[in-house]
Amino acid sequence: MLPELFFGYFAAVIILLSVIVITRRNPVHSVMWMLLLFFHIAGLYLFLNAEFIAAIQVIVYAGAILVLFLFVLLLLNLREELKVKRFVGAWPAGLFITTAILVIVLGAVKSFVPGPAGKYSIEFIKQETHTKALGKLLYTDYLFPFEIASLVLLVAIIGAIVLAKRKTRSK
Amino acid sequence: MSNYLLIPFLPLAAFLINILFGRKYLKENSHWVSILAVAGSWIVTVATLFDVLAGRVINEDLYSWIVSGEFKVSVGFLIDQLTAVMLIVVTTCSTLIHIYSVGYMHGDKGYYRFFAYLSLFTFCMLMLVMANNFLQLYFGWEGVGLCSYFLIGYYFDKKSASDAGKKAFIVNRFGDFGFGLGIIMIFLTFGTIYYEPVFSQAKGFASQTINFLGYDVHLMTLIALLLFCGSIGKSAQMPLHVWLPDAMEGPTPVSALIHAATMVTAGVFLVARCSPIFSLSETALMIVALTGAITSLFAATIGLVQNDIKRIIAYSTISQLGYMFLAAGVGAYTAGMFHLYTHAFFKALLFLCAGSVMHAMSGELDLQKMGGLKKYMPVTYWTMLFASLSIAGVPGFAGFFSKDEILWLAYSGSSPVGKFVWVIGTVVAFLTAFYSFRLIFLTFHGKFRGTHEQEHHLHESPKAMTIPLVILCIGAVASGWVGIPHLLGGGAHFTEFLKPVLGHPEAHGTHAEEWMVMAISIIAGFSGIGLAALFYLVKTDIPVMLTQKFNAAYKILWNKYYVDELYSFIIVRPAIWTAKNILIGITDARIIEAVVNGVPKGIGEFSRILRKVQTGLLQHYAAIMALGVLIIVAMMLLR
Amino acid sequence: MVPLNWYLMLSAVVFMIGVFGFLTRRNIIIMFMSIELMLNAVNISLVAFSHYLQDMRGQILVIFIITVAAAEAAIGLAIIIALFRNKDTVHVDEMNEMKG
Repeated sequence: MLPELFFGYFAAVIILLSVIVITRRNPVHSVMWMLLLFFHIAGLYLFLNAEFIAAIQVIVYAGAILVLFLFVLLLLNLREELKVKRFVGAWPAGLFITTAILVIVLGAVKSFVPGPAGKYSIEFIKQETHTKALGKLLYTDYLFPFEIASLVLLVAIIGAIVLAKRKTRSK
Repeated sequence: MSNYLLIPFLPLAAFLINILFGRKYLKENSHWVSILAVAGSWIVTVATLFDVLAGRVINEDLYSWIVSGEFKVSVGFLIDQLTAVMLIVVTTCSTLIHIYSVGYMHGDKGYYRFFAYLSLFTFCMLMLVMANNFLQLYFGWEGVGLCSYFLIGYYFDKKSASDAGKKAFIVNRFGDFGFGLGIIMIFLTFGTIYYEPVFSQAKGFASQTINFLGYDVHLMTLIALLLFCGSIGKSAQMPLHVWLPDAMEGPTPVSALIHAATMVTAGVFLVARCSPIFSLSETALMIVALTGAITSLFAATIGLVQNDIKRIIAYSTISQLGYMFLAAGVGAYTAGMFHLYTHAFFKALLFLCAGSVMHAMSGELDLQKMGGLKKYMPVTYWTMLFASLSIAGVPGFAGFFSKDEILWLAYSGSSPVGKFVWVIGTVVAFLTAFYSFRLIFLTFHGKFRGTHEQEHHLHESPKAMTIPLVILCIGAVASGWVGIPHLLGGGAHFTEFLKPVLGHPEAHGTHAEEWMVMAISIIAGFSGIGLAALFYLVKTDIPVMLTQKFNAAYKILWNKYYVDELYSFIIVRPAIWTAKNILIGITDARIIEAVVNGVPKGIGEFSRILRKVQTGLLQHYAAIMALGVLIIVAMMLLR
Repeated sequence: MVPLNWYLMLSAVVFMIGVFGFLTRRNIIIMFMSIELMLNAVNISLVAFSHYLQDMRGQILVIFIITVAAAEAAIGLAIIIALFRNKDTVHVDEMNEMKG
């Protein structure tokens, strides 16, 4: 009963916060609510025995990406943002499409059948420790994608600098 | 012995060098490249001739050109006795005319272009005569036609010249169409287009017939006549002769090289080369002989009254080509080739002399405005006189031996039309002598009839022009001495030389008859000269009187039997009418343009509607994408 | 024990909220956050799969997704800055340069 209650709390808060995040008029508020949302998702990860993922969820998402969002918001002048419309005129159409897909997907989830279980049982992870198990896999079987990911980050760093640094064309 | 490859490829190299670098770098020095190349070809040709005289015949493939199933063609070379004769004719004339052109074309703005084309022509002509298969022959055949087109229209800013070029090209299409069909027929019949297997197998097909347009036609006759179509076009025989007189719009060296000495004789060469096929068909040979005879008479009569110096020689060329076909048609291929060989020299010489006269007269072509040029240009006079004596068949000169051989073999041969063509040939000999000397007398004798300014300007041509004249003159006089008949104590070496390739017809006649034929032809020649002298030197009022008395006949001759007008009426005007009213007016404007303009217009209209979808708003795209996901997911569930 | 389907349903709901935000908000920064939301929804289901199927590959994938999300955020925000500098707006319905 306790796990269900736990999940119920997290799920309810996550959904509520998601709705709040996308409906706030002020983007700064959105970011703040999103911070809270990410902490809750991290909590859910802990609940799923994925402590390393929970850690990077907090560190990377909450600590880095959201701070980046905040920086950008501070760079832009958004005073008038508070007075204008939040949604596009045709938002009911968007609502219809998303609800329709959601209904279908929720209906489809019932017929989901999980595949056979792998070797990473809870006991195995407890013995090995989660971070070590993940790291072993990442640096052996997934070394090549890992290197590519680092390359992607490098490109992103350079790209971000190039894009943000460019002055207006008139100069 | 593979240096024979230099013969065609030296001129090709000269062409490439001239066409690529002539305009910017060589300019006034272009002639060196071409002359050196052609002279090199000539030297190699002479060396090759000695090899062939020693009995070595070359037949080699250089590389595979087309391989397609059964159909195999190589670029290959066959150098036998017949080719050797042609090679000597082509390279000798070409070399001399290249040198002559240095003087004649001096200062022309397209100098490099002229030499480039001349070299290209030489290359194509050599490829033509050296081919060992029909396709390469066809390549050379079309190549020389193309060069002929280029060079006739050399002064392309002159409308008459560019028109003449087109006319030559288009008229040749008619002949070449037949020629192409002939080659296809050969391939279908023999399964190969190499000379050697074709000719050796030809006998086996001698009696075969084929259904052609609903008639059973003798196969060899059909092939021979189709090939002969090509000859008719290229060698300007009736009824496709109309392009050659107009071709005189080109520079005179071109007329001499292409339209007298070499290219136009390709038709004769073709018939001689294919003699194993022609010999199998009596009908085809008869048609060849009659075409030749009629053409030669026809052209000679036109030549009687023309006043344009180059056109007279052009008609004379047609007439002499007719003579060659006449010879081939009675089976005397060697005689035809002999005449081709001597004719190349004296006719090239006649043209070059005419060019020299034109040069002195600042481009004047009208005989009636010349006269008395003898004292101004002695070299031209004497060389042209010798050439005319040669063409008139005066004993001892080259033309005499070849013409006599043709007439004798026509008379004595086994051809059913032999006697008939002999009569025509003799008449033509008389006419030839007449108009040739009419030309000489009107040009060089009597009083000068041009303007005072022209008279002041008269001068002998430069050395570059006169030296080739003298050399060709030696050829025009002496080239016949290699074929002096047995009757006159000669060895008939020319005939003996070509015998392995062309064979030799049997003459069914006595010595007395042979003497008679020779005597008649000599009489015809001399009486022609005499009559010309009477008309144009002694009693110059006779021609005027005759033209008045026989006005109708004169008009017909003056207008060349109205052949051009006839063609214009039957072919050209309907073709132009069709082109203008149906092809341009309906097909082009209504159908093709409607499609060509309509399709893009429709696409434009459609896209004008379609592009409304592209709102440029990011969320519209995203929404459509989401909608797509919705539809796909729904479809998967509903299935 | 919480069934796997619950996680999947949660993931679907969060994802569709993200889609809705992306489709309807005018502010490009909020749209961007909607994208992050969608990525997180996917992450939830991946981690859940990983747990229930006892397979680490789901979590490996999550790490890569977070990497890409970080890169994407950097680039995307740089684009937003450049855009704001040139257009003086962050509202996507005011930009239709690509209109046909």
